[in-house]
Amino acid sequence: METIWFIIVALMLTAYVLFDGFDLGAGVIYLFIARTNAERRAVLRTIGPVWDGNEVWLLAAGGTLFFAFPRLYASAFSGFYLPLTMVLWLLMLRGIGIEFRSHIHDPVWSGFFDVIFSVSSALLAIVFGAALGNVVRGVPLQPDGYFFEPLWTNFTVANPPGILDWFTVLAGVVALSALTIHGALYVAHKTEGALSERAIGIAALLSPVQLFLTVASLVATYVVSPDLFANYRAHSIGYAVPVLAFGALGALLYATRNGKAGTAFSASCVYLASMLVGAVFAVYPVVLPASTGASYSLTIYDSAAGHHGLMVGLGWWMLGVCLVAAYFVFVYRMFGGKVQVEAEAEGEAHGY
Amino acid sequence: MDSALLVHRLQFAFTATFHYLFPQLTMGLAPLIVVLKTLALRTGNDSYNQAARFWARIFGITFVTGVVTGIPLEFQFGTNWSYFSRFAGGVIGQTLAMEGMFAFFLESSFLGLFLFGEKRLSPRAHWWSAVAVCTGSWLSGYFIIATDAWMQHPTGYVVMPNGTVELGSFRALLFNSWAGWQYAHNMGGAAITGAFVMASIGAFYLLARKHEEAARIFVRVGVVAGLIFSALQVFPTGDQQGRLVTENQPATLAAMEGLFQSTPGAPLVIIGQPNVEKGTIDNPIVVPNMLSMLTYRAWRAEVKGLDAFPPKDWPQNIPLLYYSYHIMVGLGTLFIAVTVVAGFLLWRGKLYNARWMLWALMLSLPFPFIANTAGWMTAELGRQPWLVYGLMRTADGYSKNVSAGNGLFTLLGFLGMYMVLGILFLFLVHREIEIGPTSEMAAGH
Repeated sequence: METIWFIIVALMLTAYVLFDGFDLGAGVIYLFIARTNAERRAVLRTIGPVWDGNEVWLLAAGGTLFFAFPRLYASAFSGFYLPLTMVLWLLMLRGIGIEFRSHIHDPVWSGFFDVIFSVSSALLAIVFGAALGNVVRGVPLQPDGYFFEPLWTNFTVANPPGILDWFTVLAGVVALSALTIHGALYVAHKTEGALSERAIGIAALLSPVQLFLTVASLVATYVVSPDLFANYRAHSIGYAVPVLAFGALGALLYATRNGKAGTAFSASCVYLASMLVGAVFAVYPVVLPASTGASYSLTIYDSAAGHHGLMVGLGWWMLGVCLVAAYFVFVYRMFGGKVQVEAEAEGEAHGY
Repeated sequence: MDSALLVHRLQFAFTATFHYLFPQLTMGLAPLIVVLKTLALRTGNDSYNQAARFWARIFGITFVTGVVTGIPLEFQFGTNWSYFSRFAGGVIGQTLAMEGMFAFFLESSFLGLFLFGEKRLSPRAHWWSAVAVCTGSWLSGYFIIATDAWMQHPTGYVVMPNGTVELGSFRALLFNSWAGWQYAHNMGGAAITGAFVMASIGAFYLLARKHEEAARIFVRVGVVAGLIFSALQVFPTGDQQGRLVTENQPATLAAMEGLFQSTPGAPLVIIGQPNVEKGTIDNPIVVPNMLSMLTYRAWRAEVKGLDAFPPKDWPQNIPLLYYSYHIMVGLGTLFIAVTVVAGFLLWRGKLYNARWMLWALMLSLPFPFIANTAGWMTAELGRQPWLVYGLMRTADGYSKNVSAGNGLFTLLGFLGMYMVLGILFLFLVHREIEIGPTSEMAAGH
């Protein structure tokens, strides 16, 4: 039962990365590819109706984590107090940047909201990567099951660790680059003409970098937490996951070169999902490794809620996720098709 | 009070209070927008669609502000109240996770369709998207109320050997008797906010002689809805809520009412300042025997005062609790007075020209927000010193691993952030009011 919920939470987080990942990435490239006001509005149009729903995956995953693994939720959220609070501030700024821009038709303030939106998107991508890096590296859990991590200590992975060290910063950069590609491909797929070409150009530029970063992050992970590969050694089927990740990267490289944004976006989805699955497979059944000694690590068994509650939850969760899938299919169908820059230029006159 | 505890309490209180200024308006406006869309479908009169579009724009701005200020609340259980989360997560995690799965997705998916999709959808489909948004926001309210109701009146749990609580009965958690009445009372409060805001803006346009056709719709819908919900707020929902407090939180009732000594034929204090040091009410204006009548339906019934309970189980801030409760009740009475008079004038066909009444409606805009805030302060200050009534004290629930200094850092950050957000919100809403309801489809957003 604990394993089922472990998989469910991992699935929800993966959904978050795949969905909100592309609108975060769209935010990162926003200032670079969209030059005129009409182009900027076109990029915002591609994510406008869906970004809030995408972000709900994070909230829902947080809520599900609270419900299924309350001890993990309590330890991790209070231990990562400062970076998590900053994530909240960034999420706020980003939401304001996207939504309030369309209400104030003034070039000066539009530019201001553009920068807010773009910078907060980039920082969020980095922080999410660094957060994953912290989980992979381990946190200084105390015997009472709690910890508190400062933002940084000495930037090495040795104790006492900080949120930011060379390893977690590397993870942040990997995430930033991966989500930038993901977002660029989404925008390229949803738009046409020069805007679309510029977007896919960014993806083509970054994909070789991503290949290098992926290798570097795997090597670094081996250096920092060699124990993490135990699951792979025990179950060699696990090696299929990194193989899939590299296969997807290859497809990504090929498709971006040939200007096939839709195919490349699918490859990017597979790549992101397999990277996450790879990390999850490695840590299982631990959910928060301790840098203070393996005996302090939180596993799914000692952080899960009671059996009865988990059983009940499975019932409503199944129902809920079917509904969510239906909403998403419906909404993405309704807003399917390309966004036209020209239409946005016209729309300006009417003051979208 | 331990300074870390104080900082964590202040941060949660501040972020929750500020947040709830927005959902009360969206939850209140949502059904009214559905009413406007329904009238548009039924009558084919486009001025109802114009009115709905105007309110959808206000709704959109308010919704975004509510969403971004709501995200911290979902996380603060973990960041600031980790000992409580570890203790109670097995129970209240249920309702909070259900809110995400059943309410947030519904709301956010259909809000995009509702705001952006009027051109793409048929009028009927657009009506359905409004209904879906409304349902999502009201469901969200239920899960939050069910969570709070469990903290007020825990049911359906079992205590584990390690001292934490786990789910015992899902039905008892979800259909807690406390949750039903609290939900009805809370949503009534939200509906009053929506109704008064609508009527107030309509009154402003009528006074300014702008957008008069739409303004008459706003005033009419707002006053009728305001009258219905202000009346329901007293009876049955407020009355039943009071009886639940009497039965389950007697010390809270005594503190709310400013009753220091147990007495038969307890008086109802209308106005007066509680003097906790001396155990008296200064400058009191009271109705003799009325409290006994209201709580036990008998003039001479004995009501327990604070002296019946050990001081360690008293709510810590008795004056603030007392004032919050009295402000809520006082404003609730005012809402009935305003809507009854306005409703009478509407019935006689004189409302749109009764400028003194339009002034009263326009100026009443802030009061529902104050009343809702005061109501929540009554509920949450009244629950003290317990975090989970009778099970866990507030002083045991905060994140002991997060120091006061780190807590203050984020509290100051939230203060600054929310100040900017509040100014932006007022500015944007002001702009929409300046633009007003227009015939342009999808203007604005």
